[in-house]
Amino acid sequence: MSSSTIENGPQRTADTPGGDLVVAGVSKRFGGVPALTDISLTIEPGKVHALIGENGAGKSTLGKIISGVLQPDEGHMTLAGEPLVLRSPREGLAHGIVTIAQELAIVPGLTVAENVYLGSQIATAGFVRRRDMRRQFRELAHHVGFDLSPDVRAGNLSTADMQKVEIMRALSRNAAVVVMDEPSAALSGRESAALHEIIRSLAQRGSAVVLISHFLSEVLSLSHTITTLRDGRLVRTVDAAGATEESLIEGMLGRSLSSVFPEKVVVSSNAPTVLEVEHLSAPGVHDCSFVLRRGEILGIAGLVGAGRSELARAIFRDAKVTSGSVRLSGRDLGGHSPHRSINSGLAFIPESRKAMGLMMSRSIKENVSLSRLGSVSRLGWIAPLRERRTVSKLMERTTVKASGMGQTVSMLSGGNQQKLLFARTIMCSPAVLIADEPTRGVDVGSKRAIYDLLAEMAQEGQGVIVISSELEEVLGLAHRVIVMRHGRIITELSGDDMNEQAVLAAAFAETSSH
Amino acid sequence: MTETTTETRPAPELDEATLRGGFTWQRLFGSWRTAGIAIPFAILFIILSISSGPFLHTTNLINILDQQASTLCIAAAGTLVLITGGIDLSVGATYGLSTVVAGQIAAHHSPVLAIFAGIGVGVAVGLVNGLIRTIFKINPLITTLAMSFVIGGLALKVSAGNLIVLSPTGGFFKFANAQFLTVPSAVWITVVVITVLGLLLSRTTFGRYMVASGGNEEAARLAGVRVNLVRVIAFTLSGAAAGLGGVIDISRLLSAQAASGGNTLSFTVLAGIVVGGTSIAGGEGSVWRTGLGVLFIALIGNGIDLLGIDPLYQNIVLGAILLVAVGLDSWARSRRR
Repeated sequence: MSSSTIENGPQRTADTPGGDLVVAGVSKRFGGVPALTDISLTIEPGKVHALIGENGAGKSTLGKIISGVLQPDEGHMTLAGEPLVLRSPREGLAHGIVTIAQELAIVPGLTVAENVYLGSQIATAGFVRRRDMRRQFRELAHHVGFDLSPDVRAGNLSTADMQKVEIMRALSRNAAVVVMDEPSAALSGRESAALHEIIRSLAQRGSAVVLISHFLSEVLSLSHTITTLRDGRLVRTVDAAGATEESLIEGMLGRSLSSVFPEKVVVSSNAPTVLEVEHLSAPGVHDCSFVLRRGEILGIAGLVGAGRSELARAIFRDAKVTSGSVRLSGRDLGGHSPHRSINSGLAFIPESRKAMGLMMSRSIKENVSLSRLGSVSRLGWIAPLRERRTVSKLMERTTVKASGMGQTVSMLSGGNQQKLLFARTIMCSPAVLIADEPTRGVDVGSKRAIYDLLAEMAQEGQGVIVISSELEEVLGLAHRVIVMRHGRIITELSGDDMNEQAVLAAAFAETSSH
Repeated sequence: MTETTTETRPAPELDEATLRGGFTWQRLFGSWRTAGIAIPFAILFIILSISSGPFLHTTNLINILDQQASTLCIAAAGTLVLITGGIDLSVGATYGLSTVVAGQIAAHHSPVLAIFAGIGVGVAVGLVNGLIRTIFKINPLITTLAMSFVIGGLALKVSAGNLIVLSPTGGFFKFANAQFLTVPSAVWITVVVITVLGLLLSRTTFGRYMVASGGNEEAARLAGVRVNLVRVIAFTLSGAAAGLGGVIDISRLLSAQAASGGNTLSFTVLAGIVVGGTSIAGGEGSVWRTGLGVLFIALIGNGIDLLGIDPLYQNIVLGAILLVAVGLDSWARSRRR
């Protein structure tokens, strides 16, 4: 599993002169869940070093460690031979390490020039010397070939122009290392091309560029070195010249699926349809149609931002549906609120249990019974014993470990918290369950328990939809998989066609066509 | 429905300890919040009993309750607003509007009509607050602050800027001053309001929905709670309580003017709620603790009067206590993360 073939060893640094950034044996955990394990690599000046991997492979985490946003639990870094300890992005900046993040860090109320020189203002006695700033800005803009006015409010710019501002900020600081996390994700084709030129010129000027990207064609055409990550481990670092899209995808592919997942029970071919989604469109969702049968587990795969969660929320009527219909057990799912959807027999486990699932400061009992309080009360008056009995049974069924049902949810482990959402769902006894990232941030033992719960619910005759960024999870659980991209369903796979190669190919397809 | 799924496995042995709930951190924290107001309250009460002769007289104690009746009612309902994640700064102005409306009507028409009109004014204001908050998604602090100006203006209009004085002979006077077991009806009304709202919060499904809405709005909504409806109802209850408070006080005092209540009352109410340990961030709180909080503040004022301390210190002490209460609340919340 951890058989990493490191073809470009980190030891090479000793003889290369100048600003090599060496990452040595870095590990990082989030609440006990390993995000990165023993990563070693060398980032050389004047080169573009790409980090690739599936969603959650640890690319962004590594990028954040390099730029000082996160601190490694183990391992260390050196820059040009000197030990590099970064406690904040600010310290990273002091060493010339600049990030251009997925989320742009622009102050909308300031002008373009003010944003570029933010934090390094040209000032005399605290007063910004505007004229000097504008002059420097023009020189810089001319140099990189950007056509941006220094006096426009940054908040009025397009996303692409905002990105240019960020890039100019990096350049204005003579960045030694530039970390770019999915820089072209928000850009159009023409803007991407311009960005590619800038990345190349950054490298030519001697900066080291760390490029984190989903787009394999972009990675292949821009980078000199490519490091593949999988499950937080480094699979290999290769020269881009010798790599192909196929070899990269192969490197990103996972381990064997056996034993981790419960055995799939064949769905009878005449099982009735429980959910019919027809031409559904909503923000981030375009014309999606599919059916789900009783007892079936349907997987939805795709990259982050492909519209999977948006589709789930549109079906659940948590988002405004612009057109199309959802039929649940043959009846049109009317209404415009989760409240109605739950009462009609649809349940939804959202992707973020902390932000969207649980009241963290309340008790297990209150969290579990919330959706079906009516069943343990009479005329709005809660029957305490009946509620405790029901919750106790559900805790047993979902194997929640806690000191009691009065325990505050925030005291529980991620796995137990996630199980509470399942307990709540089972109490609703829905016809269809949509589980969005049901095992995110959950330990291995709880993962298996959650897989079992999903399989059991399907066997009991519910229709189950599993959305997951972990491809093997989707493939290991689902009878059928649909792959989404840009809010559309690209393909539907089942039987022998349902393998990682096919899913990845569909999810990444656009990269090959550009 | 529930049974079909939960019975698929043999029912687990339910030991009574699990069902009754044994020792938990939740309980410790719950009682910690209770102790945070109950112990200081008890200490203050004992100190005043020892140091001031007149304090422990029944007349003085009933007098305190009678004076605090309207504040207690308003704070009890305001607790619910805070728990749902809102805040109501318009209660002072609503109280003022209610006194002049009820006063005007009581002067010329039937007392019953006056009572209903006063409360009805509050209901209307609360409903508007709730709808503005939920439909236009305007921050509740700003919504209710803006509303308090609007209502204050309306109250001036209604009273034409005059002091309204009623005679102590009418039936309206009896509303708050009728004696039962030597305790005025204003106090009894307060006891009923606190009991009903307390049970509503702790024992009903609606109470749970309020706590859920304030604890995590998004989670509550996705779990099927109609958060907007819950919030509108909480604001309406708060408005109704402010209306009731106004009616109680004009019946008690027989005089009203538009400016009575005002922002001072809003802040006193808020202080009582927060001193009672209700979280300013929502999702946590209790009605009866609010009662203790309001009375705690009242005892400080009463004690300062009885002991002949410069009243100037009252506000300084109140401010300090408020800071301590809010500090403890945020400390408790940060500990739980």
